[in-house]
Amino acid sequence: MHIDPLERKWVQVSLGMCALFVSIIMLDALFHGVNAPSNVETIDSRKIHLSEEFGEDNLGVQVAENGEITVRLVAGRYAFFPKEITIPAETKITFRWVSMDVLHGVHMPMTNMSTMIVPGYVSQVESSFPRPGEYPMLCNEYCGLGHDHMWSKVSVIDREEWDASRATPDAATNDTTDEEQNNE
Amino acid sequence: MNDSTAKNLALSHMWVAFSAFILACFMGEYQVLERSGLFDSLSSPSVYFASVSTHGVLMAFVLTTFFIMGFGYYTASHSLKVPVWNPKLAWTGFAIALSGVVMAAIPLLSGLASVLYTFYPPVQAHVAFYMGATLLVIGSWVWCVIMVVMFYQWKKANPGQTVPLVMFATTANALLWLWTSVGVALEVLFQLIPWALGWMDTLDPGLARTLFAWTLHPIVYFWLIPAYTAFYVFAPKQAGAYLFSEEAARMALIVLVVFSLPIGFHHLYMDPEQAKGWKLLHGLGTFIVTLPTLVTGFTVIASLEIAGRLRGGKGLFGWIGTLPWGNSMVLSVILSLLMLIFGGFGGIVNASYAMNTMIHNTAWVPGHFHLIFAGTTIIMYFAIAYYLWPILVKKPLFSKSLALVQLWTWFIGMSIMTTPWHVLGLLGQPRRISSVQYNNLLTLSWEPYELLMILGGLVLLGSACLFFYLLVKTQFGASTEVFEGEVEYAEPLHAVKDLPEYLNDFKLWNKAIAVLMTISFGIPILQFFFMDTYGSSGWGY
Ligand SMILES: [Cu+2]
Repeated sequence: MHIDPLERKWVQVSLGMCALFVSIIMLDALFHGVNAPSNVETIDSRKIHLSEEFGEDNLGVQVAENGEITVRLVAGRYAFFPKEITIPAETKITFRWVSMDVLHGVHMPMTNMSTMIVPGYVSQVESSFPRPGEYPMLCNEYCGLGHDHMWSKVSVIDREEWDASRATPDAATNDTTDEEQNNE
Repeated sequence: MNDSTAKNLALSHMWVAFSAFILACFMGEYQVLERSGLFDSLSSPSVYFASVSTHGVLMAFVLTTFFIMGFGYYTASHSLKVPVWNPKLAWTGFAIALSGVVMAAIPLLSGLASVLYTFYPPVQAHVAFYMGATLLVIGSWVWCVIMVVMFYQWKKANPGQTVPLVMFATTANALLWLWTSVGVALEVLFQLIPWALGWMDTLDPGLARTLFAWTLHPIVYFWLIPAYTAFYVFAPKQAGAYLFSEEAARMALIVLVVFSLPIGFHHLYMDPEQAKGWKLLHGLGTFIVTLPTLVTGFTVIASLEIAGRLRGGKGLFGWIGTLPWGNSMVLSVILSLLMLIFGGFGGIVNASYAMNTMIHNTAWVPGHFHLIFAGTTIIMYFAIAYYLWPILVKKPLFSKSLALVQLWTWFIGMSIMTTPWHVLGLLGQPRRISSVQYNNLLTLSWEPYELLMILGGLVLLGSACLFFYLLVKTQFGASTEVFEGEVEYAEPLHAVKDLPEYLNDFKLWNKAIAVLMTISFGIPILQFFFMDTYGSSGWGY
């Protein structure tokens, strides 16, 4: 069998490139915790409204005692519930998603907040947003003929602004302003 | 040898393939017009999603499968110098596959199967769609069996001899397809059909997606292998030279087949139903599959360089100019490789376990696969058609210069169309939308790119029509000239001697695949039977 020395060299170069890519990915995954969203957690999509975690009152942004922020959202044709949320910039945020009907996907453009929402499973992603601003949160998986209309609004605000709004007594402000906007 | 059966089989299959192709091209142009939002009268999500579904099925399932079968029948019979084994069975396979296409087309065109080409349960299509798709696959299995039987009959009749490279590649592809179609077959037979018929109330979309992922990546190599085959066996000869290394070609094909099978999870990176360890494992496997493509690129370019130098090319790059650019096969290989370079770069981004997050399900993805599939692969299907048609119908090609125009316009159109898609993807535009409804500044920045896509689509549509016209004119035109040419395969630069059996047979490789598949899909599928999962009932759209 004949293998040209040049070809052999090229195979070695190719293997080297492959190894380089693979080691970057492995380093990120194993040492920096950069992973694809996966927590393999199941839930009965038909009973979401009855579940404790995803009951109507528990949706949206929740801040735990220790300051950790979790956002719970339900995807259903053709909206994410709630329709608007406000979160602080430069803060780790855990998103937990469920679908109440079919397959959906969600991402916020130009950020790494992205996951599929498969009925029967809870999708969880962690992200943090360096830049404050208004972000659309888009459904990126075909879910039916109204799919184009499926999006929510995310306001990412300065960390100081967020802290201030929570420190003042009428701190429910955030919620009230949201409601006012909705009523308009 | 009288190979009229093989010729008829090839022509019939390829006409089905290219008819599906031209129909789908018109739908493609409609889609870019619709989603631009410029023409109010066109905007209709129901027509749009029916069209996207049909476009995907026609291009990815019908065009490819029929083309591959037709190509396989002819090259197998011609290279082995034997008639097609059991022609009756071959025609039965053709009939099964074709009736499947018709059966699926009816619900698709009437908007009863707008589930896009990957099915997406628990959105439910009409059961005729799933059954039609199944028949198409069963028809293609008949072809696989015939190819494998011909391969082994020839080996038995010619002990110790080297199987012609073209047949080795075709058989590799048949085995790849047998292995990979099992995933989707399980999904359709045990989930989608019983559920669509109402025999089963619910199905698990997580399991369905996992089974589909089994099929979803290797299927791309099923489409690609005929293009690589033409790179190896036709192009060097057409350029006037030799194949740089046949052994390397065989190794590349084997690595492609063996390692493309257990890597489907990179389509599930963003899914919740599989754990990250399995995704990482599949992700690493995905990088191994870049190897055969890198080797193929090297071997083909080296073969072309030999040709260019034999034709008097000097210096580091001088040989490029002396290549026969007017030969449609050679031109196609060059254009195809160019697109493979750009498409391959996008593919590495997609395959990268964490980088994928940024472009998942955005317009970047169709931009990428249109480069690889509609660019790299289909341009070689054109080249093969231009090469085979005169041989099959015994008339010269209607116009060689128009064929060159067609190939160039396809390349240019594809470049114009896929570039904005990549940009839109980075700007976060989702891939599967029929119109932009988000009331947000960001979405304004998407608009100019939509216009470019319309232009690219128009160039492509014109090119596709020209291609179809050339085939029709060649076969049915008034020309009385008789074409006497034959298919010619490239000789390797160094004659193949003492070829080890593992480069001339697949028994060992089938065992390797079985082991790899068990490791990479065993537990990920079994988990659905161990955890508490909840099914979904069917939803309309
Ligand atoms: Cu949607």
